[in-house]
Amino acid sequence: MDMDLNTRIKIGALDLKNPVMTASGTFGYGPEFEDFIDINRLGGIVVKGTTLHHREGNPYPRMAETPSGMLNAVGLQNKGVDVFCNEIYPNIKHYDTNILVNVSGSTVEEYIATAERINELEHIPGIELNISCPNVKEGGMAFGTSCPSAVAVTHAVREVYKKTMVVKLSPNVTNIAEIAKAVQDVGADGVSLINTLLGIAVNAETRKPLLSTITGGLSGPAVKPVALRMVWQVSKAVNIPIIGMGGIMNATDAIEFMLAGASAIQVGTANFIDPTVTMKIVDGIEDYMRRHGVSDVNDLIGAMIED
Amino acid sequence: MHTDKKRAEDLTVVENRKINKDYYVLKLGAKNDLPQILPGHFVELLVEDTRNAFLRRPISIYDVQSECNSFELLIQIVGEGTRLMSNLQSGDTINVMYPLGNGFTTKTNAKNVLLVGGGVGVAPLLYLAKQLNEKGIRPNILLGGRAADNIIEIDNFSKYGEVFISTEDGSVGEKGFVTQHSVLNKEIDKIYTCGPDLMMRAVADIAFKQNIDCEVSLENMMACGIGACLCCVTDTKEGHKCVCTDGPVFNTKELKWNLA
Repeated sequence: MDMDLNTRIKIGALDLKNPVMTASGTFGYGPEFEDFIDINRLGGIVVKGTTLHHREGNPYPRMAETPSGMLNAVGLQNKGVDVFCNEIYPNIKHYDTNILVNVSGSTVEEYIATAERINELEHIPGIELNISCPNVKEGGMAFGTSCPSAVAVTHAVREVYKKTMVVKLSPNVTNIAEIAKAVQDVGADGVSLINTLLGIAVNAETRKPLLSTITGGLSGPAVKPVALRMVWQVSKAVNIPIIGMGGIMNATDAIEFMLAGASAIQVGTANFIDPTVTMKIVDGIEDYMRRHGVSDVNDLIGAMIED
Repeated sequence: MHTDKKRAEDLTVVENRKINKDYYVLKLGAKNDLPQILPGHFVELLVEDTRNAFLRRPISIYDVQSECNSFELLIQIVGEGTRLMSNLQSGDTINVMYPLGNGFTTKTNAKNVLLVGGGVGVAPLLYLAKQLNEKGIRPNILLGGRAADNIIEIDNFSKYGEVFISTEDGSVGEKGFVTQHSVLNKEIDKIYTCGPDLMMRAVADIAFKQNIDCEVSLENMMACGIGACLCCVTDTKEGHKCVCTDGPVFNTKELKWNLA
């Protein structure tokens, strides 16, 4: 007997056909994956972190493999918002999925100016406000590690950006729930978490760090338990939707994030291991729903049994 | 230029041929016709069942047998990933993303072509030599390494050009670095090189001084292999470019290598 399944999820004004999104910085702008998957089957994609001006990013080496994960220090390399609007957007706007632009900046003014430009793009229904990039000297994570600065940038962008705004949170804080609550109170439509965890890798033989920047952001299955804990904590503190991420490699991982309180999930590092993984997760969530007699995916959100 | 779609699929190990304790040649077969593979293309191999080889392993394509839907990879054991893959047996499967990268330019007016390979960097030069032969060019092929153990597959290279050898310890061929080899005194119009970074820079320097066009195949650390993560960048005159998609082959004129 085939069940009628509802896999649609709402985040702000976004209507996702399923909870599976791709994480910023791990999926390019979409075309990179067209040979491997049907992008239109995704709930959404979050394109590469975009800033007001062109950024070259950090010097090579900017990646190191670590047990069950990787460190990166790409440093928001991107061609700037004008190139995105004029050259990249026209090639992706036809995707039948929710395209979110990850917006970053060194100053509040830069965030505002970038968000204003993105606001003009008809086929971009939302932004992910990146206040958690650990790999830039100015701005980025600095905004996301204290309540006053997180509030300041979120509030300022909210004033100019009228579509759905999700704020991407840093795990490199003492109390992530407090920051989630603070950005909710100034108008965030959702929060996404976690960005990468700050880490270091060292070569004992050469005594040198493996990254040009010494520190980088850890991602992959190594961070999953931390991410799950933070999603769970944030879910107790806010009533806006949470997009959970951190080491999701398969549908089971995705379900775990939903049970911990996420409405949708983002697949990041796993895209590097298997460029088709998102399709397997979309299918796997449906299989799970059938196996467990869950007809509406929304019933999985926060459904961890805590007794 | 039209290129076939990239694939991620399970391929069958047709043969795993040990060369010596450090090197092996993995021959992989596909069920269906191969996409077009250019010399310089590479693959990303998924190593299963280890948390220490979390990312795929980028490996150059060594040779292609289109008629059998198979291709070969020349691999040096350098870490856990390449060690685990050395245990693969005929009939095993391995997930492969391919073909990746841009490839060497084989359309050339050059008559006197020199290929310079260092260590496992010789890998992409075999299929390149084969393709050059098809265009009527028989290159000189200089293979370099620390010692005799690092000079591999000489008979295979000899099929497609005259082979010259240099070793740092002089155990085979001329003693010294590839850049000191006498073959560099011959007339050369074009150099293709792949090997350790310092070797390629030294070769590029000689090419620059003698006004010889030079293509290098870079080997940066990479994650995705398809231009998404921006981890493998190299510094070019147009800013950071991805080795995985804008390369791995670059003309040295494009790179910021401060040749002088």
